[in-house]
Amino acid sequence: MKRILDRRLFLRTAASTAATVAVAGGTTVIAASNGAWAMTLSAFDAATARVLLVMTRDLYPHDMLGDVYYAEVVESLDKKAKADPRLAETIREGVAALDRATGVPWLQLSPGGRLEVLKAMETSPFFQTVKGETLVGLYNNKLVWHHFGYQGSSAEFGGYLHRGFQDAGWTMQPDAEASPPPPA
Amino acid sequence: MARFELGDDSVVVVIGSGAGGGTLANELCQKGIKVVLLEAGKRESPETFVNDEWAAFVQTAWLDKRTTSGSWRVARDFPNLPAWICKTVGGSTVHWAGASLRFQEHEFKTRSVYGDIAGATLLDWPIGLADLEPYYARAEAKMGVTRTNGIPGLPGNNNFRVMYTGAKRLGYKTVHTGRMAINSRARDGRSHCLQIGFCFQGCKSAAKWSTLYTEIPAAEATGKLDLRSECQALQIQHDASGKITGVLYADKDGRQHVQKARVVCVACNSIESPRLLLNSASSKYPDGLANSSGQVGRNYMRHTTGSVYATFDRPVHMFRGTTMAGIIQDEAGHDPKRGFAGGYELETLSLGLPFMAAFLDPGAWGREFTRKLEGYAHMAGMWIVGEDMPQASNRVTLHPTEKDRFGLPIPNVHFDDHPNDIAMRAHAYRQGAAVYRAAGAREIHEVPPYPSTHNLGTNRMSARPQDGVCNSFGQTWDHKNLFISDGSQFTTGAAENPTLTIVALAIRQAEYLADQMAKNAI
Repeated sequence: MKRILDRRLFLRTAASTAATVAVAGGTTVIAASNGAWAMTLSAFDAATARVLLVMTRDLYPHDMLGDVYYAEVVESLDKKAKADPRLAETIREGVAALDRATGVPWLQLSPGGRLEVLKAMETSPFFQTVKGETLVGLYNNKLVWHHFGYQGSSAEFGGYLHRGFQDAGWTMQPDAEASPPPPA
Repeated sequence: MARFELGDDSVVVVIGSGAGGGTLANELCQKGIKVVLLEAGKRESPETFVNDEWAAFVQTAWLDKRTTSGSWRVARDFPNLPAWICKTVGGSTVHWAGASLRFQEHEFKTRSVYGDIAGATLLDWPIGLADLEPYYARAEAKMGVTRTNGIPGLPGNNNFRVMYTGAKRLGYKTVHTGRMAINSRARDGRSHCLQIGFCFQGCKSAAKWSTLYTEIPAAEATGKLDLRSECQALQIQHDASGKITGVLYADKDGRQHVQKARVVCVACNSIESPRLLLNSASSKYPDGLANSSGQVGRNYMRHTTGSVYATFDRPVHMFRGTTMAGIIQDEAGHDPKRGFAGGYELETLSLGLPFMAAFLDPGAWGREFTRKLEGYAHMAGMWIVGEDMPQASNRVTLHPTEKDRFGLPIPNVHFDDHPNDIAMRAHAYRQGAAVYRAAGAREIHEVPPYPSTHNLGTNRMSARPQDGVCNSFGQTWDHKNLFISDGSQFTTGAAENPTLTIVALAIRQAEYLADQMAKNAI
């Protein structure tokens, strides 16, 4: 579960703050390096969490996004793994396979070296599972949308009718036959 | 709302409540005919719809497992999701974008006009445009299609403005905000469009026509409709003479019932409709019902689709406003000089960030992909909708081993592009890119076809019984009280979005059915 430890700090720094993984009282915790937030995991050990935190970013790297959004994907996977022993096993084996691939622990490889290992594992259930989870989880996180300029749900604001649906002023003005005016 | 007895064999059972089934049910009820409408999905409403792509997908999409085969990329990227269609009251009229175009005259006569194209099972429709025109007019009035019946077009959103800019610079002539079954002005007790931008997720303003809040309540008001939601048809039953007698279905608790019927109409979309006929095989009909021609499940069409997205220097915010209110029609005709038969429409399309991530380049990951996605707010998008060639081997079949929760074989959807499809798509990608380059695009993205939204042809109508499954009224050749009432009866696919034609055919079928019942012919 994610706990916001310092709400103002979280809001100010979510986009940029790095995360660290630690073990506290026997459980794995992903926490913001500045202490703004922390997540407690229940299925993954610290080594697995560290790998997944880097892997999810390697899959869909956005420099504008802080670690918290990737950590939330890991947290969601952790929750599913807790409920699904087969998934937990897939992840455990996959993380071990990453480390086995070159004989050097995957996290110790250079960024390019990490990608080569991932590329070679592209068809594995482990890779596909983590990729699918990240693709859905990361881009479905409403908190990342403003970084992409996506505004999402609009019905509660009366749609975009009065909120810029025709504001691309750099385009040609269509004639009224092609694009009649909106209702008054 | 009416409740009819299971043993009441005077009712018409309509299976599926979408564009075909929902319209047919209402048309019959308006004529005083009792209808039991079976719908596998739940009943939602504009209040329960959500402006959230994944949540809405889970709420309304048909997610029962299907398998795929063939060389189409959908089989690789979405092996268990050949189609993005709905299981909900209103069917895929909840999800559709609203584009409502009449077919062109030659598109009813493709075998005659296009000639014998190798590998294609082209066939002329048993009816022509003139036969459908009065029904198109009634469908347009019913649905409130813009640019018909004095209804103004929708105001163009940013995505349309970009399309318009490029199209005009390129010299295209027929470019406007489309003929859309979306209210540009309040009409029929429903709001005007609020430019919400979530047309695919169920329209929360009800400005977009859907049988859910038009045809179905109108039918309920007659006291002649017994709508049974969360009831999935499993088998159509017949007697020793081949006459259809009723439908076996499972209710929401899994309990099975048989509803007796005077007539059964199948409107489950082009994957489930043939599946139901095939799953209704008996000792008398070992190849399934209505299948003496062997055509049930064959000639599966999905339109030659694809999308072109482009990234611009300036913001577009394509997600703001009506998803598909923008069209270029200059390529819709049949002009073999382009190197293919048939034509295509170019229509605006946008996806929210979550679905853009899933569909922009399915399977892709890494920095090249995320760089493209970071241009999201500066992207414009269009969808290609072109006529694809029917092929006997493009086909819905029953899976040899996998069964659903009722123990019935699940469907497999096999599809290979015909060379004509590939040539058309290549042309459309080039033209779409040219439009956007003319508008100043700095990067073009050719996006492969999504899971099919236009599923057609798997119970096609024909002039002769050996060529198809039903006649021009959707009446099956083999069982005179069994009808096909959805897009699976299309002989060929045409270049236009199919819903308006499905609705027109349903209105026409209702007239025929009522007449045949009155004459005691069925």
